[in-house]
Amino acid sequence: MAWREIIYQYDGSFDGLLCCIYESYTQKERPTAILCGGDAEPNLFEIRTVPTVREHAGRVERSLRAVSNEVVPFLRRAFLTDLPDRELAIYRFVVRLYREGAPYLSRLSDDAYQPLLRAVRRLSTEVEHLRGFIRFSVFDGMLGTEIEPKNRVLPLLRAHFCDRCYNETFFIYDRTHREALLYSGGRSRIVPLEDFEMAPPDEEEASYRRLWKRFYDTVAIRERENPRLRMSNMPKRYWRTMTEFQPDAGTQPAALSAATPADGQARGAPDATPAPVKRQEPARSATASGT
Amino acid sequence: MELLDKLTILTDAAKYDAACTSSGARRHHREGMIGSTSSSIAGCCHTFSADGRCVTLLKVLLSNDCCYECKYCVNRRSNDVKRVSFTPRELAELTIGFYRRNYIEGLFLSSAVLGSPDHTTELMIRALSILRNEYRFNGYIHAKTIPGASPELVTQLGLLADRLSVNIELPSEASLKRLAPNKTRGAILAPMRQIRDQAAESKAELVRYRSAPRFAPAGQSTQLIVGATGESDRHILSLTESLYDRYRLKRVFYSAYVPVVENTLLPSLDTKPPLLREHRLYQADWLLRFYGFRAEELLDEAQPDFDPLLDPKCCWALRHPEFFPVEANRSDYESLLRVPGVGVVSARRILVARRAGPLHADDLRKLGVVMKRAQYFLTCGGRLATPLRLSPAGVAANLMAVERAALPPPAFEQLSLFDRAG
Ligand code: SF4
Repeated sequence: MAWREIIYQYDGSFDGLLCCIYESYTQKERPTAILCGGDAEPNLFEIRTVPTVREHAGRVERSLRAVSNEVVPFLRRAFLTDLPDRELAIYRFVVRLYREGAPYLSRLSDDAYQPLLRAVRRLSTEVEHLRGFIRFSVFDGMLGTEIEPKNRVLPLLRAHFCDRCYNETFFIYDRTHREALLYSGGRSRIVPLEDFEMAPPDEEEASYRRLWKRFYDTVAIRERENPRLRMSNMPKRYWRTMTEFQPDAGTQPAALSAATPADGQARGAPDATPAPVKRQEPARSATASGT
Repeated sequence: MELLDKLTILTDAAKYDAACTSSGARRHHREGMIGSTSSSIAGCCHTFSADGRCVTLLKVLLSNDCCYECKYCVNRRSNDVKRVSFTPRELAELTIGFYRRNYIEGLFLSSAVLGSPDHTTELMIRALSILRNEYRFNGYIHAKTIPGASPELVTQLGLLADRLSVNIELPSEASLKRLAPNKTRGAILAPMRQIRDQAAESKAELVRYRSAPRFAPAGQSTQLIVGATGESDRHILSLTESLYDRYRLKRVFYSAYVPVVENTLLPSLDTKPPLLREHRLYQADWLLRFYGFRAEELLDEAQPDFDPLLDPKCCWALRHPEFFPVEANRSDYESLLRVPGVGVVSARRILVARRAGPLHADDLRKLGVVMKRAQYFLTCGGRLATPLRLSPAGVAANLMAVERAALPPPAFEQLSLFDRAG
């Protein structure tokens, strides 16, 4: 029997997406698109808003667990990625999985599976990168930072930073997805946050930034300079939120910050310091003694 | 002197040490303490310096005021440089300030010999005790032992640090004698043995009592300088292998020699660091640790040095046509690992994916196999991906072209250097 084609609209939550799957199977419909709340534009096709019902989501979840325990965690991750039309991609994957059962999970190169795998891999890489590349500033004893990730990484950074900063109070603001991870007294929350501005650094904070920048510039071995390797290990899009690539807090003679990377198209620094207009090619001075 | 200047000098003097990993110690957060090492497992990189190297730890010397006279070193006594030392407290505060801001995973502390090996080690111990006991630092610490320090002090150091290292630097005794007259083979190997034995003891104790003191739970590592002296790659690689086998080292690092000193016993100042050679050694080291290769399979008397044009695994494959082709749908993990273009990850993926049905050449690419390399060695259902017949020389030439494109540009300059050297 031919299934009807339709566009779904849901509330943007993972449970909501599971409900779309539920809807499709109970109504015998094939969604041609699954849109999140505000995304839908007037369209020739029929659009239905699928309500998020915990019980329906739970049934889909159980049916997926029946295939394998790995499926739901995998889909939760896929749901956080920046894959275009990730909802539909997840839907297609689930359709294939229902049809073929657990063996489908070994078909790593299948067209409905591989894009998700790759997106999840990119997500994991970004999470791994940000574990290292995040730079906190200390404000009144509290740690805070901003990031601009491609994927929704906060849920995956949560466990790591809550462990690392167990006895601290901290927040991480995700500019791209406008949400913040807050942690205090052993408890954490992720909350939507429209806008946010970091406070300017105090003297101690500014001095640590200078020390770190200096360390960064000094630890490179000039005879081995290799911009391509650095870039492939640490893509430039991260640099905007990293202390070592920000212009100096102002208290320091410019000559000493010789090794800032060349970056002609520096966008506004998300840091509280004023945005740089242009950075200079490293005019490596031989300030470092010892050689 | 200002802290900023001290940091500059003591970082500059420490930067040639290649070790910057923080792997091998798993410790979750604890009440009232700063930090954990649970992410260090993956060897979390906090940034990459302009030379493309991973920065994980605050890597500094406690002091550059050395009373030894190693010919290759900027800190040697006779060299005219500014001498500075951190106070133990400065060092501890700096580490905490950096750690909290997520700049680093921890501290990598090393030092020139300030007065005597024991005095230096005592200062290091003081810095680490302040860090651990006063600031309650629970993150990663790597400490380099000073050759000649007394065993009791090494023990104390090992109880504060996650990893210890003893740098061998020069890969043979003859080179040591010539270039590092104050160091002896014995002074280097004795602490290595001590660390190996105490770490093993501590592990055994921990099985019995959970609260037994931990001695260097992340083991030990060392570093070899490549290119300051005349040892062959084969010599260095067999040394590496025996260090893994006999001293249970976690890592051996290689550091391409950067000439900083004019001395008739050393390569001249305009010598470029042998980056390509260092790269080949790391590739081979990887093959020893994860791919089941032995040193003597990779290099022998007839071929004591790595081919600058081709990576060690391809070289091995070309010398062993009898081993190939390997069939993707049937061969075991170990054989798959020997195929150029197949790595640990893609080999595992092949094992998983082929359970669902026979693989085709197209699938292999999607599983992450680098077909440009693997195509000559790997069959799918009995067929090579590229059916065209090539002579062994043709295969080698194609692989070299692939390799050339994969090398970073600085290594390129090395090629010509190598050619001249023969
Ligand atoms: S002991 Fe030798 S290698 Fe170490 S700092 Fe002193 S002179 Fe340099």
